[in-house]
Amino acid sequence: MSATTYGWLVLACPLVGTVLLALGYRIWPGRAAGWIATLAIALSFVFSVLAFIKLLGFSPDHRQLTSTLWDYDFSAGVDAKLQILVDPLSVFMILVVSGVSTLIHLYSVSYMTLDRGYVRYFSYLNYFVFSMLLLVLAGNFVLLIIGWAFVGAASYLLISFWYRRTTATRAGIKAFVINVVGDVGLVLATFVIFQHVGSVQFLPVFHSVHHDFAYNGAPIVIACLLLLVGAFAKSAQVPLHTWLPDAMEGPTPVSALIHAATMVTAGVYLIARMHVLFEWAPTAADVGAIGGCVTLLIAATIALVMTDIKRVIAYSTMSQIGYMIMGVCVGAYSAGLFHLMTHAFFKALLFMAAGSIIGAMAGDQSLDHMSGFRKALPFTFICFIVGGLALSGMPPFSGWLSKDDIIAFLDNRGGGFVILGIVGYIGAFMTGIYTFRMIFRAFFNEPCEEARELEHGHLHHADVPRNPMTGEEEDTDVGFPGPGHFIAEREIPMKIAMSALAVLAVLGGLVQIPGIDDAVTRFLEPTFADSKYVHVEPSTGTAWLGLIVGALIAIAGISVAYRIWVARRGTSTQLRERFSGVYVFLSHKWYFDEIIDFAIVRPVLWTGRLVDTTGERGVIGGITDATSGAVRATSAAVRRTQTGFLRYYAALMIVCVGGVALYFLISST
Amino acid sequence: MAIGWYLVVSAIVFCVGAGGVLVRRNPLVVLLCLELMLNGANLTLVAFARMWGNQSGQIFALIVMVVAACEVTVGLGLVVAIYRRRLPIDVDELNELQG
Repeated sequence: MSATTYGWLVLACPLVGTVLLALGYRIWPGRAAGWIATLAIALSFVFSVLAFIKLLGFSPDHRQLTSTLWDYDFSAGVDAKLQILVDPLSVFMILVVSGVSTLIHLYSVSYMTLDRGYVRYFSYLNYFVFSMLLLVLAGNFVLLIIGWAFVGAASYLLISFWYRRTTATRAGIKAFVINVVGDVGLVLATFVIFQHVGSVQFLPVFHSVHHDFAYNGAPIVIACLLLLVGAFAKSAQVPLHTWLPDAMEGPTPVSALIHAATMVTAGVYLIARMHVLFEWAPTAADVGAIGGCVTLLIAATIALVMTDIKRVIAYSTMSQIGYMIMGVCVGAYSAGLFHLMTHAFFKALLFMAAGSIIGAMAGDQSLDHMSGFRKALPFTFICFIVGGLALSGMPPFSGWLSKDDIIAFLDNRGGGFVILGIVGYIGAFMTGIYTFRMIFRAFFNEPCEEARELEHGHLHHADVPRNPMTGEEEDTDVGFPGPGHFIAEREIPMKIAMSALAVLAVLGGLVQIPGIDDAVTRFLEPTFADSKYVHVEPSTGTAWLGLIVGALIAIAGISVAYRIWVARRGTSTQLRERFSGVYVFLSHKWYFDEIIDFAIVRPVLWTGRLVDTTGERGVIGGITDATSGAVRATSAAVRRTQTGFLRYYAALMIVCVGGVALYFLISST
Repeated sequence: MAIGWYLVVSAIVFCVGAGGVLVRRNPLVVLLCLELMLNGANLTLVAFARMWGNQSGQIFALIVMVVAACEVTVGLGLVVAIYRRRLPIDVDELNELQG
């Protein structure tokens, strides 16, 4: 079979899984649904690997294959087809997406066991993976938009999975609305591109960009900025990021899958896919790079003060995606995508480990209540440490190799980009602090009550389930989290998934060691061969220098965290009191929610109400009322002639017909 | 004989019929007057047919008669129905169908 056939099969497996689970949601017993879903995604992964092997069989120049099932529209010059593009970039993405998704499905099999929405959950999860694979395999803008919108919908469904939690439904709506802003950006960008090129297929567009657009002219810059709106909304970059921390209302494996490992990287993929356009519009690319840089800094500072363990990881996700966006905007494509891959591994691992701790805390997510879980949760502890080291960029973990790859590229491009690189290093320093703040607070110091109970072999259960955000009492029926809490130490599937990711988080970086193998760069080379930044790729020496600096910064960050939260406990309280202004500013997340509420939500609401009272009721209502009044008055007048007297009608008829006859008689003579 | 005389006669018959329809209140008489109007028209048709020397007008007159027969059937049926319901046999009293 050809590589494209495997591409179609990769898409088919999760789709079949979704439909099977959805149609049979009453009949799947116990964990059957979970296993079916996992199998579907595992098959998808197998086909991705086969596609990868097939692709390696071609010479590098012939690794861009398209396959069309049918044209679903060909009118007015729109060549919209059901078409996939199998090239190194898309194969790289389907490998990461399906691989990580398989492990997260496996984890969910245990984690969601007692939830009343078990089958629905897996149906949504498969639907999400299908959408994401569709997004990365799409061969034209139309299919890309479809995948893009599907992913947003799946994210909405899964964030508000516990639909009786008001906080969850509100978070889902917020995520959906912000994602739609991104969808609009993407659609408008497609329109601008179609207007100038006359095609919506990727390869023809990329070939004729240089011909149809002026270099860095207004149209291409506008198109790229609109693409950036889409990418920023999906990848939670400032200022369209506020939905991501709220999205942590979803079940923890969902946070791992959608809001860390796969969906939020769609923006990175989009920019990498459109690199031809962005290189032709350097202004837009620079805007994107600055946006990513600002995000990584803002998110890292907020992560320093968050107390909800999942939100700390969420902000760190934003920050890491900031690195990737910055990387792909300045031309460090393989480095950005390499970081995407390693980030998927260690961030999924961190979320899974966080899920395990939350299980041990019976649903409580606050770092203020956790401490000393080191002995109670030894396996989770190891996984968390591995993930944390990879995230903060300690050698030889994967994050070290990938993050510093991006920064080395920035430094090598010189000029203003060096500033971005330095901000990247500051971010890396803070990454070390906030990651190990989380680890030290959750695992070190005296065990909390729940940890002590667990050390004696008893898993804590809350008397009354409560919403961890608001403290409202809940039940455990459908629409709320199930009664069961699960820790990795006791569940084999969770353990397998976390072990696999832990191994990948350690070793995943080894595929791209500067000067030794550079496998990712070489594999992705055909996609990015036409890039004008190929020569900026740092030399082996520079890359290693960057790696050493990165490692030192990571060690510095971790030592600071150790000093504050373990060696001299109480320092954090002192710091908080000393810099209370900064603390309040950060714990309000830089007041982004308030600003957006004030600047956008309220004016829109106010305008809506104004239009409702004056426009709708006043103008439009007035026009319709006047029309109906006129009709009623006329009909009342005409109705008078209907007297019911037969002779009156006859007389009227005779007079009228006689009148007409007379008229013709007179006019004919 | 000139066509004018025929037309005068038919106009008189028609006007007598029309006057009857307007003046009389008994539905039976109204129907009779309608017949007069139709026959007035028929006379015109036949007269013109003779004037032109072809049969079209005569055939048309036959068709009018058929229609008149149908109309009388319906009209008399209505009169019988009104009678059976013991309603007044007076077109001015039967004025419920109004706007």
